[in-house]
Amino acid sequence: MHIVYPVVVSALLFSIGVYGVLARRNAILVLMSVELMLNAVNLNLVAFDVWLRDRLHGGQVLTLFVIVIAAAEVGLGLAIVLAVFRNRKTIDVDRLRDLSEDLTEADPEEVRP
Amino acid sequence: MIAVTTLIVLLPLAAAAAGLLGSRWPRGASRTERDNAFASRRAAWFAIVAGTGSLLLTVWLAYELSSGRAGAPGGPFWGGVLPGKAEGTLTLIETGSVPISVTLRADGLSMLVGILVVVVALAVQVYSVGYMRGDPRYPSYSAFISLFTSAMLLVVYAGDLIVLYVGWEIMGLCSYLLIGHWWEDRANSRAAVKAFLVTRLGDVGFLFGIFTLGVAAGSFRIDDVLSADLPRSTLITATLLLLAGVAGKSAQVPLQTWLPDAMAGPTPISALIHAATMVAAGIFIVARLYPLFLGAQPTLDVLAVIAAIGMLGAALAALAQDDLKRVLAYSTISQLAYMAGALAAGSDKAAIFHLLTHGAFKALLFLCAGAVIHHVGSNLMSHMGGLRAGLPVTFAGMTIGFAALMGLPPASGFFSKDAVIAAIEHSHGPAQPFLYGSALLTVGVTGAYAARAWLRTFFGPARVEALPEPPPGTAHVFDGREAPRSMLWPIGLLAVLALLLGIAGLGIAGLGDVDWSSAVVSLVVALLGAGIVYALWRSSPHIDPARLLGPFRVPCERAFYVDAVYAALFARPVFRLARGVVRTDEKVVDGAVRGSGRLTVGLSGLVRLAQNGNAQLYVTGLLAGVLLIAVAAVVFG
Repeated sequence: MHIVYPVVVSALLFSIGVYGVLARRNAILVLMSVELMLNAVNLNLVAFDVWLRDRLHGGQVLTLFVIVIAAAEVGLGLAIVLAVFRNRKTIDVDRLRDLSEDLTEADPEEVRP
Repeated sequence: MIAVTTLIVLLPLAAAAAGLLGSRWPRGASRTERDNAFASRRAAWFAIVAGTGSLLLTVWLAYELSSGRAGAPGGPFWGGVLPGKAEGTLTLIETGSVPISVTLRADGLSMLVGILVVVVALAVQVYSVGYMRGDPRYPSYSAFISLFTSAMLLVVYAGDLIVLYVGWEIMGLCSYLLIGHWWEDRANSRAAVKAFLVTRLGDVGFLFGIFTLGVAAGSFRIDDVLSADLPRSTLITATLLLLAGVAGKSAQVPLQTWLPDAMAGPTPISALIHAATMVAAGIFIVARLYPLFLGAQPTLDVLAVIAAIGMLGAALAALAQDDLKRVLAYSTISQLAYMAGALAAGSDKAAIFHLLTHGAFKALLFLCAGAVIHHVGSNLMSHMGGLRAGLPVTFAGMTIGFAALMGLPPASGFFSKDAVIAAIEHSHGPAQPFLYGSALLTVGVTGAYAARAWLRTFFGPARVEALPEPPPGTAHVFDGREAPRSMLWPIGLLAVLALLLGIAGLGIAGLGDVDWSSAVVSLVVALLGAGIVYALWRSSPHIDPARLLGPFRVPCERAFYVDAVYAALFARPVFRLARGVVRTDEKVVDGAVRGSGRLTVGLSGLVRLAQNGNAQLYVTGLLAGVLLIAVAAVVFG
């Protein structure tokens, strides 16, 4: 099998992931899109490992690492989403804007107490 | 010998330090009436003891030099009296190029002027005890007089031009401090600043003159400079530069404007500045470096013109003044111009002779004027009159002083002024006729203004009014008939000096021989001037005899508008420039700083628009950036 097929598939997967991260409003779906991107990378790693006939199979080892890390990341991410939901009754990313710059506030040169 | 000279200079300095630091010790800074009186008494003792010590040492030194035991025969004209000369170097300061040797020298010229300085300074100190009684700042006042004396003595005894310049500058500082003694009044502190700035203007030239001489001669020592073979152009440049300093310190045209304003200081200070220190320094320095000036004829010509203008103009201004002290101030300018004229005519002998007698009689006149002002409570002659009966001692002293000023025999001024006029008459120079004519005219005007001041102060109807408590700047009203004894003693001493110094100078010192033909001419001219004023006054004693000037009176009273011209030419443009600088500083320099701050804040506002809290937008931006970089790397890489 030519290397092009898995690479194209992984590129498509990655693009779908990027689109999901940038465009979805549901936080869980954003997390899933991140998983998609990670797995696209995993696919690349395995494909190139085979194609390059790496004797140490570094690509496969790295894939195992990524899977473990992705599991931990999803655990953390879901916990955060849960906490946010308990606080705000929403997990809509568009509406979680507490870190925005308040453009209506006074001149920053003034010393505030 | 050199140790004694050092001691003479350092004693008043020590008194100044003690007076400034020690007069209130150990009771601290409490300002009760009793503490002030105590501090004043202690400060007076410091000053008078040091002054007396300096005087005794000076007399001893003069005696040593007159016996000729000390060293080689000295200078050109004082060799007859004070043949000795002592010089010693205390230390040598390496500067990398021309070294500065801290040298003191005592020869005939320094002794003559030195004696004048210590005698007048001591008289002023004693007089001030009475005059400044009850002044809370008396301790610092007497300490500054001591410092002033010390600085003048340093100038007189300096054997090195840089050392001389140190004393010269300290005098400038002291004149500022003392003229502004009553600084509560804004006008007084302005007068002090004016005196400081105007003399400083001349001092710049003086300093560069010293540099020119020092670099050309390879040494700052006066002996080396005098004996060095300098090219003529260097001589002319250096002496002209020195002349700027001389004009500043000795109040000659065109830097004379500070002296009348310096009358804002207490009257004893005027006596000190006008007789012993400060203005004498300018004439002294020319006499000290006289061989250099003799080698630079153009400088002497400039000096002659300055003197001719100064003596007549100042005498006319004196004729129109109503303030007694200002009359004396303009008379000082006029008399100093006589000395400058004698120097320009080639006779340093006559100049120094006149410097000595003028020191005595002008100090006398100022101290008497102080007593009069003390009595009347006003400086203005229109408030005086008929004081003859109330102030007999002061009247006698002032009569002697005015006689000396007019040049009437046998007062000292007759002999010295005759020496000056004879020297001018017999000199040869392009400016000689101008100078001689001006000198003769001035003799007449001097007679006129002296007679006017004398008549208006002591004769005629009494115009003394009960004045309210005077503002600071005039003396306190004194209720007694005559001034306190501490003020009369110095007057008596100086009166004797002013009367006899001329004969003494003639008899013992051989300073000058009376040239009878010119003496008779000037005497007649002086009496003519005085006679005209007397006739005018006799016809109507109530009216100021200055009316004889007619329409010319107002310009004379305003000293020919020199102050106004200087204000228009120099002061106002400088103020305008200063305001421009302030505006530039506020608008351009500060504006740039503030503007850059405001610009940054404004730009940051644009950037803040991106900070809308949507994490997805941030990631989009990040990705766009990465893409851009990747594309750039591919395209340009």
